[in-house]
Amino acid sequence: MTTTAPDITETTKPAKARRGGGVMGSTGLYLATGVAALLFLVPFYLIVRNALMTDPEITGETWKWFPTSIQWGNITEPFDDVTVDFARSLWNSVVVAVLHTAGILLICSMAGYGLARIPYQHANKVFYAVLVTLMVPTAVTFVPSFVLVSSLGWVDSYRGLIIPGLFSGFTCFLFRQYFLGFPKELEEAARVDGLGYWGAYWRIVVPNSLNFFAAIATITFINGWNAFLWPLVIGQDPSAWTVQVALSSYMTNQTVNYHLIFMATAISILPLIFVFLFLQRWLVQGIAQTGIKG
Amino acid sequence: MSTTTTRGVAQPAPAKVSRRRPRRGLRASSTFNFWLFTGPFLTGLIIFVFVPIGWSVWLSFFEARFTVTPSEFVGFGNYQQVLTDTNFRNSLVTFTVFAAFIVPATWALSLGLALLVNRLRFMRAFFRSVFFLPTAVSYVAAALIWKMSIFNGVRFGLANTVLGWFGVDNIAWLANPDPPWYWLVIVTVRLWLQSGFYMILFIAALQNIPRELYEAASIDGAKPGWQTFRHITLPQLRATSTAVILLLLVAAYQAFDEFFNLLSKATWGQPPLVELYKMALGQNQNYGAGSAGAVVLTLLICVVTLLQGRIMGFGRGEESK
Repeated sequence: MTTTAPDITETTKPAKARRGGGVMGSTGLYLATGVAALLFLVPFYLIVRNALMTDPEITGETWKWFPTSIQWGNITEPFDDVTVDFARSLWNSVVVAVLHTAGILLICSMAGYGLARIPYQHANKVFYAVLVTLMVPTAVTFVPSFVLVSSLGWVDSYRGLIIPGLFSGFTCFLFRQYFLGFPKELEEAARVDGLGYWGAYWRIVVPNSLNFFAAIATITFINGWNAFLWPLVIGQDPSAWTVQVALSSYMTNQTVNYHLIFMATAISILPLIFVFLFLQRWLVQGIAQTGIKG
Repeated sequence: MSTTTTRGVAQPAPAKVSRRRPRRGLRASSTFNFWLFTGPFLTGLIIFVFVPIGWSVWLSFFEARFTVTPSEFVGFGNYQQVLTDTNFRNSLVTFTVFAAFIVPATWALSLGLALLVNRLRFMRAFFRSVFFLPTAVSYVAAALIWKMSIFNGVRFGLANTVLGWFGVDNIAWLANPDPPWYWLVIVTVRLWLQSGFYMILFIAALQNIPRELYEAASIDGAKPGWQTFRHITLPQLRATSTAVILLLLVAAYQAFDEFFNLLSKATWGQPPLVELYKMALGQNQNYGAGSAGAVVLTLLICVVTLLQGRIMGFGRGEESK
């Protein structure tokens, strides 16, 4: 499958060659793209602007594009805030997103491999059972899932936040499709050398599939970090809030402290910008291959 | 998907690779291994997906407030309650309006961005990254920026500031359903968040269109621009377009985060999931009605998905292969 995904980072011959547009066409093209890009960047700019301003400047009568003096001291404010334990919520998000990603990669990749490669007479029936779950949107099952998780006593716990989300039929399906396209020769060689399925999987298949794992990991991590509905349902007590739930609570607070809220938002986005910049190649590849988030 | 082939053949096949493991491919061993690999996933799938679905269907026939072990069977009472509930029916209207705006808008914007970026000669990667970057932002954070900085109903919001330069009075974007300015807020936040993602899909598809088609068209006298776009690009993107529209519909259907955060105190513009959340986890904790609502929504989305797949020709297969 890796080979079927077009490498988008590769520059193919520009379409202009066949359009024959002159200097004007090219200028217009860059102008349109540039204006669109500026519009897309405005929200990012607003976060940074508001995070580094004082409240009187933000709410002032005249609009200021830049702070008169940059308030670096704002950076610590979300952590000093007594109404929301922001540091705790950040930590919760780190734990949840990392374990969510690791768990999904492990469980879904193994299942995908089993379904793709291990002969078993009822494998098709099992596969259909997985396919059926793709038809039921997980967001709609949150009510019964909550009922189940609360009767297990997992509300307000990492278990409740992480475990129910690990069994993604879609990710399993993607891994199965990927492993169907994995070259069999490599595994055959491993088996001739005396490795079982287990050994072949861990020592041959996984090390040779790291690109695909990285693509799925990037998408899964972003989804885990940005998830809101389930953490909102499970995080009844503020100590179990993830950073998204904490951000949401700022919006309903009685007192609005603009620079604090935007600094918190900036801090919550920062890890993903890093993930994004470093892993963009896999992210793009993963989307082009799978066509879906989560 | 092949199920039967050479099992238990004792020789390693050196040249032509057989489809099943020749050496240890004993039936018992592969059955064991199959369950070893799929067992953890399937166990979880049963416990956290199938059981909740079943439980939901079961609960939907009972009177279940504040309890998950109900005793009073009410038949289709919960369904009747849900379907006659004004809020729930309004939420379906909200979803329909929302989908009617967001699906075509995202389709057009992401395709437009893809066409732009694909034609660039320099800085292509830079612009692609700029449009793609919002994918990393959560709906909660985006809702926060939209609500508190762009579409703030007071003078220091960006939208009202810009309008003020042209002498337009402050607009209460979210605080008032009439005129329904809140739709502009709701639609633009999602457009910003998801267009870059679908742009990537369109760029991938655009680069898969054989260049010979364009050459042939120009020999046949097709003018570059609208004609080629209409008769070559658009038809070639059909499979991707179908997939994108399907994904957009499903995503719109599951909208929760931005509505919940932007319209937290409002009574208008509540989509189905927000209504479900209030019904089952709000003050009444009515799990019975909530479950009935979940069943209704699930059936609806299945019907919509199947219908759309039937009408437009399900494009995923062609796309992923």
